Amino acid sequence: MKRFRAFIIKEFRHLFRDWRTAIVLFTIPLIQLMLFGYVITTEIKNARIAILDFSNDEITHQITNKLLASGYFILDAGLKSIDEVEPAFQKGKIKEVIVFEPDFGQKLIKTNKASIQILTDASDPNMASLLDTYTRSIIVSFQNELNKNQPQGKHIITEFRMFYNEGLRSAYMFVPGTMAMILMLISALMTSVSIAREKEMGTMEILLVSPLKPSQIILGKLIPYMALAFADMLVILLIGHVVFGVPVRGNLLLLIGTGTLFILLALSLGVLISTIARTQQVAMIISLIGLMLPTILLSGFIFPIENMPEILQWFSVIMPPRWFLSAIKDIMLKGAGISYVWDNLLIMAFMMLFFILLSIKKFKTRLE
Amino acid sequence: MRTIFYIIQKEFKQIIRDKFIGKAIIAMPIVQMLILVYAATFEIKNVDLLIVDRDSSPASVDLSGNFFASRFFHVSVTDPGDKHIKEILDKGKADVVLIIPEGFEKSFHRNNKPALQLIIDAVNGSAGQLMLGYCSSIIMDFNKEIVIKEFGIAEKTAPAIDISSRFWFNPYLNYKIFMAPGILVILVTAIGWFMTGMNLVKEKENGTIEQLNVTPIKKYQFILGKLIPFLIIGLIDLAFGLILARIFFKVPFEGSIFTLFVFATIYLVAVLGIGLFISTVSNTQQQVLFVSFFFLMVFVIMSGLFTSVENMPEWGRAINHLNPLSYFSRVIRMVLLKGSGLNDIRNDILIITGFALATNLLAVWRYKKTI
Amino acid sequence: MVKKFGGFTANHNLNFEVYKGEVFGFLGANGAGKTTAMRILCGLSVPTSGEINVAGYNVYTHAEKIKQNIGYMSQKFSLYEDLTVEENFRFFAGVYKVPPKEIKPRMEETLTNLELLNHRKKLIASLPLGWKQKLAFGVATFHNPGIVFLDEPTSGVDPVARRNFWEQIFKTAERGITVFVTTHYMDEAEYCHRVSIMDQGRIVALDTPQSLKDKYGVDTIFDLFIKIVRQ
Repeated sequence: MKRFRAFIIKEFRHLFRDWRTAIVLFTIPLIQLMLFGYVITTEIKNARIAILDFSNDEITHQITNKLLASGYFILDAGLKSIDEVEPAFQKGKIKEVIVFEPDFGQKLIKTNKASIQILTDASDPNMASLLDTYTRSIIVSFQNELNKNQPQGKHIITEFRMFYNEGLRSAYMFVPGTMAMILMLISALMTSVSIAREKEMGTMEILLVSPLKPSQIILGKLIPYMALAFADMLVILLIGHVVFGVPVRGNLLLLIGTGTLFILLALSLGVLISTIARTQQVAMIISLIGLMLPTILLSGFIFPIENMPEILQWFSVIMPPRWFLSAIKDIMLKGAGISYVWDNLLIMAFMMLFFILLSIKKFKTRLE
Repeated sequence: MRTIFYIIQKEFKQIIRDKFIGKAIIAMPIVQMLILVYAATFEIKNVDLLIVDRDSSPASVDLSGNFFASRFFHVSVTDPGDKHIKEILDKGKADVVLIIPEGFEKSFHRNNKPALQLIIDAVNGSAGQLMLGYCSSIIMDFNKEIVIKEFGIAEKTAPAIDISSRFWFNPYLNYKIFMAPGILVILVTAIGWFMTGMNLVKEKENGTIEQLNVTPIKKYQFILGKLIPFLIIGLIDLAFGLILARIFFKVPFEGSIFTLFVFATIYLVAVLGIGLFISTVSNTQQQVLFVSFFFLMVFVIMSGLFTSVENMPEWGRAINHLNPLSYFSRVIRMVLLKGSGLNDIRNDILIITGFALATNLLAVWRYKKTI
Repeated sequence: MVKKFGGFTANHNLNFEVYKGEVFGFLGANGAGKTTAMRILCGLSVPTSGEINVAGYNVYTHAEKIKQNIGYMSQKFSLYEDLTVEENFRFFAGVYKVPPKEIKPRMEETLTNLELLNHRKKLIASLPLGWKQKLAFGVATFHNPGIVFLDEPTSGVDPVARRNFWEQIFKTAERGITVFVTTHYMDEAEYCHRVSIMDQGRIVALDTPQSLKDKYGVDTIFDLFIKIVRQ
């Protein structure tokens, strides 16, 4: 036991010997939360637009003013004809052009009908549909003002409630997502590379001939990363709660237990990768491309799983972070208890067991 | 010149010889492109909608029918009772619950304002907003229909502005042709950056760098010899990815592929320079890995690959001027989707050339043949 | 030659000459400063002060010229394990600007000399250490440098292979290449034309093995070394 302790201390020393690694490990979650919290927004701000006003009358001016007063748009003047739209889009200077037909105001008063065309640069479809929606809603509200004195039709009133996330905050998504990603990074990527390093440098052989058991060696390698991942998990939860107001509606212990189970699962994946990979580079490529990208893209972190093609939905079933994410979201946001998430936990536990057994098998065959 | 050639030759042999890396460089982008592009979509489909119809009138059935007809929703109609509605949402069995209260149809005739209730799982805020939008527009259409049907008039007495939209370059708002170039940028960048970075440090770890340092190889020759093989690999990966993007996602090639490759070449030189620079200041592959991962993550999140750069706060956009990925992710979409030419991306080319020079000069400067 | 690392002086005023074509043994205990001195001579490290010329060039002003004219074999084996014997030769020959036409015949000659011609298509990683060391030596002398530096070239190599290795060293010296070698094997030191012994950063003895043994009244370099270092 004393030997084992000495070994763990050595591993901790390895981990923190290099200040760069230490800094990166502690700042990655912070920076990532800050980026998602303050930089990434899906709200339109200061979009550059052009207005082609072929009518130039009182009403078009009113609409133009209303659009610009919204704060969503900045007018980029200078467009004269429809022909100039495409080159302007190609230069990337403007994102949207609003076209008033000739005699817009007169037509609207005399025939009750006038048309506006919204042209958007849809090479970014998100941005285009947002711009389109924003512009439409401003024009519609202008029209409603015009119609104020008209008798109301029979309108259905729709009451709606945004459950779990009244303020529609994005933090409810990115805080759990960041947690999954960081835990995966530390537990799977770092451990696999660190074990592969010992193999590559030949120090693994020295450890294997030492009186330490192979299981102790692996465990000793894992414990520092486990501690680190656990600490990062608490930091992310704390920042998520204090800075971004993400609630923990369910049982905190259950949440931390789920997190710990995921850490163990990711560690077992890391060990499995390191038994396959001969070199650090190979371990890195497998973990980075085989684990990190899917964690970001196939777990429901950024892109909802329901929207994916059926094949990928099946594929996401074998992605450990998927089960983790849906479990912690349920616990944190929906206040779910163990009776709601037990199946997720069970699946994670089975995955972990599978990875451990597979690594042991790989490890043994290599020794033989 | 010949010296550089010998280094390049050696690097290629080592890359190809490594069974795993040699295959991974070619196979990974293919697999990733085909999986990730399909995954990366904000489009909402397959929303699970539970309709609780407590009116059971012709009007309420009509309304439900409109939802059935929509391709966004998987509709089921039952009434579990108020108590269990929350449970259904908790378990994630429904994303949206629409409650049509008793007396919904009658209220039309009584000239009361008929009311509906929508409960939306908004854990994902932006998806919640979109679901609300879809539901509202179906309800509004239904409203118009029923007014015309019941009262035989359309509301044409009031002035109406007719708004038509045109989505330029991507009329059907196809996300795949937007995402495929973005994913390609990440892959090409990550492979080039990590591979060069770890390659140089590997020579340090193995001690082979010492043998090179006693040779008359010049610093710039060494850096170029390390850079060119990965530049070539990066360009091959890009070409591969573009072919896949064309075949599988019908990404249009509006602009000139030559223009794209000109920019990509300079861009890759800049990115590989970063990898080389990081490796000249690191001693182990692990250090390179962490530092690179850290910067790459920040660069990717900020680059506008998934969310628009335009919507970022001022300081975010200011930082982005230093982010090479933001230039490439913009340019690749400009060229492929909009057909922008060399003239349109002149500024980007100039800036990225500046980056390329800066990162590589830094790498040459920091690479020390003595200790 | 003086080299200081902060407050620690690794080399105190080393003053020595090595003659063209000789096999010069550079002895000393671990940490005596041998490797530091050798690294300075090879241009891997910058001296703190002193006037140093290698192969006729000044280390401060013509470091790159020196590199073209020396060969170096480091303590740690450092050919590319994932390249074949032939590929390693070709690469380093190219780097040292050996004319392309000469590479093939000279490589065959060198490999024949080293008795490794049949193994030229094998990966370095698959060869035993003794062979690897011979190959590293072959690579270090392939471009016919004026002087070759060998940092403990035979450590970990079996006696027969060591013997074999030293035969190669003498063949090389006969070709007019100066050999500057550090070693821990005192029997090897006996073979050198001249030896120097370093202790705690200073050169404490320098002469032919025979005259040093006579001067200190001992029978072997081994006894000589013990006697000097104990003092």
